[in-house]
Amino acid sequence: MNTDSTKGYLDMQLLRFTTAGSVDDGKSTLIGRLLYDSKAIFEDQMEAIERASKGRGEEEVNLALLTDGLRAEREQGITIDVAYRYFATPKRKFIIADTPGHIQYTRNMVTGASTANVAVILIDARNGVIEQTRRHAYIANLLQIPHIVACINKMDLVDFDEAVYNKIKADFVEVERKLGIHDVHYVPISARDGDNVVDKSTKTPWYTGPTFLDLIETIELRRDKNLDDRRFPVQLVIRPMREAFHDYRGYAGKIAGGIWKPGQKVKVLPSGFETEVEAIDFGGDEIEMAFPPQSVTIRLKDEIDISRGDMLVDPACAPYAEQDIDMMVCWFNEKPLIERGKYIIKHTTNEVRAIIKEIKYKVNINTIENIYDDKKVSLNDIACISVKTTKPLFFDSYKKNRVTGSVIIIDEGTNETVGAGMIL
Amino acid sequence: MEDFSLNHLKELEAEAIFVMREVAAQFENPCLLFSGGKDSIVMAYLAKKAFFPARIPFPFLHIDTGHNFVEALEFRDQLVSELGVKLVVGSVQESIDSGKAVEESGYNASRNKLQTGTLLDAIETNKFDAALGGGRRDEEKARAKERFFSHRDEFGQWDPKNQRPELWHLFNGKKHIGEHFRVFPISNWTEMDVWQYIYQENITLPSLYYTHQRECFFRDGQWLAYAPFMKLKPNEKVEVHTVRCRTIGDITCTGLTLSHADTIEEIITEIAATRVTERGSRADDKRSEAAMEDRKKEGYF
Ligand SMILES: Nc1nc2c(ncn2[C@@H]2O[C@H](COP(=O)(O)OP(=O)(O)O)[C@@H](O)[C@H]2O)c(=O)[nH]1
Repeated sequence: MNTDSTKGYLDMQLLRFTTAGSVDDGKSTLIGRLLYDSKAIFEDQMEAIERASKGRGEEEVNLALLTDGLRAEREQGITIDVAYRYFATPKRKFIIADTPGHIQYTRNMVTGASTANVAVILIDARNGVIEQTRRHAYIANLLQIPHIVACINKMDLVDFDEAVYNKIKADFVEVERKLGIHDVHYVPISARDGDNVVDKSTKTPWYTGPTFLDLIETIELRRDKNLDDRRFPVQLVIRPMREAFHDYRGYAGKIAGGIWKPGQKVKVLPSGFETEVEAIDFGGDEIEMAFPPQSVTIRLKDEIDISRGDMLVDPACAPYAEQDIDMMVCWFNEKPLIERGKYIIKHTTNEVRAIIKEIKYKVNINTIENIYDDKKVSLNDIACISVKTTKPLFFDSYKKNRVTGSVIIIDEGTNETVGAGMIL
Repeated sequence: MEDFSLNHLKELEAEAIFVMREVAAQFENPCLLFSGGKDSIVMAYLAKKAFFPARIPFPFLHIDTGHNFVEALEFRDQLVSELGVKLVVGSVQESIDSGKAVEESGYNASRNKLQTGTLLDAIETNKFDAALGGGRRDEEKARAKERFFSHRDEFGQWDPKNQRPELWHLFNGKKHIGEHFRVFPISNWTEMDVWQYIYQENITLPSLYYTHQRECFFRDGQWLAYAPFMKLKPNEKVEVHTVRCRTIGDITCTGLTLSHADTIEEIITEIAATRVTERGSRADDKRSEAAMEDRKKEGYF
């Protein structure tokens, strides 16, 4: 192998995106096409979907079949859960959270969106911006996905008409404004035929922008993480108990915010003690600097009693440390959220018991209006709630930091994850 | 200007290390499933990094089908002693001898399926509450929806319709008595990522992964390693070829690639040019399109 291409591969960036669209808008076809065109589909997989397409009596190979996962779903012809797909180009490696539209939709999209840098929203050119498009944009914004790509799909069915594209774009800009979304890109495509997906289409001379793949290969990711406020939730204390490292005491964790260097001042929460970073270790080496999302081990100048769930922070900009917390929640369980009910909340490496003090309002995600007179929060509902925890959490608003601003809610009886919360 | 970005391998590494540390923190008695293949070697390497300079705080569990490549066993023992971890072996042969498992017969007889019972037994007798595995979501369709923290009921079964939603990197490892978890730190890696990582980190692999001469035979469109206990069909004959293994597991179902690659770079070049998935070279997945899914439901990795 020429070492150039080995090196090139090693320089790739990781981009995580999620797909949203109503049933039949073409999500599976678009993903199938990306996998196919980037040669992420192997011969044996291709043979399998050729067989499956024939079995269904379809003439052409149905690329959408590539992304249909489990057998039960295949049999019912639906997809019901988040599936992850992978492909790479020489510039980036992509992780797709494929969240198919169905009853469980909100739950799936929220799950897929939680780790995404980019939300790809598909719009059927024949239908334009519909209620569900608004819902998808709302969820993408609620989960603070930094970038949105609006794909106006099935352009072949509207004769690649520029006017249709412009109208849909204008309608989406309206949604953008209403929700306060920042970084939105638009691209007219035909997922089925590949127009403007990987290669520029000759049928849209009026469109001078990048193709879909160009876009996701070049979207700037640098500002997607918080590099300003130093946050380090302690995961584990590393005490080797070995001759050679007799006095070693390090704090293992994943950097949740800021740029860390030896010599910096740190404050330990909840104790409030202040000290300095002695060194940052990674797999046997001392490193000069660490930033999100690196997993490292931090050593401190002074010996302080620190354990899992504590947080190391910049003394100059500490997070909130409070027990009364307001958040937006998305509910995942058949059993509705209970006002005054007790739950377990998991936040960074911390786990606390909490009581739901108040359900403030529910959001009608189709009209994006708040509902104050119906407070029954059921499966797939989104609501604003206040909780009180048994001990303080160290948090930022979700808008400021997606790691220190997010929680999951666990049912004490069943241990199931019943909700996801974004701290206000 | 420093752009504060990690390459994808570094980011995947950070994620995997985070997951391993969560397992150490959330469970009382976890283990790492070690098959001897490159994925579990990478897992061992990541575990070493995650807890360094402390030792890896959990034992390795090897489910031994009794049909191993000698080189793989030697490599395993060497690695375990270097890392100073405890090795627990669950033996499929013992399950067969004690009547808990019944050996398959016929040409395609394989002990791969029998591993499930032995694994669940080993988990139960050793009271493991979490087993770290090197499964990747890109390996097979059924795995695409697998969680990092995969909850198993008291029968060790996986219910694809009733998995816990998994958001951000907040992993819920809560369970009732008798239940356990399978945890997959390298879920988001592809086969290519694994090879590139081995290259980037200069990780030692068993010699089987590199080109060597081996007795093999051709069946169902692929070369398989020959071992004396295997039954050949009348038209099949043993030949010596220059090959390497793409994955290493049970001998009976490890496909070989005709290859002269003797460095990681050469292997990577070959893989980049190959048009068959890695699992396509494992005979057991070919049995039915939903083969993997069925075994998962039963409690296979
Ligand atoms: N004409 C046309 N049909 C498309 C296009 N994209 C998808 N389709 C078809 O629309 C149907 C639904 O697509 P699918 O990808 O399964 O939608 P999903 O439900 O969003 O995953 C399939 O029959 C596709 O072949 C397109 O760009 N043009």
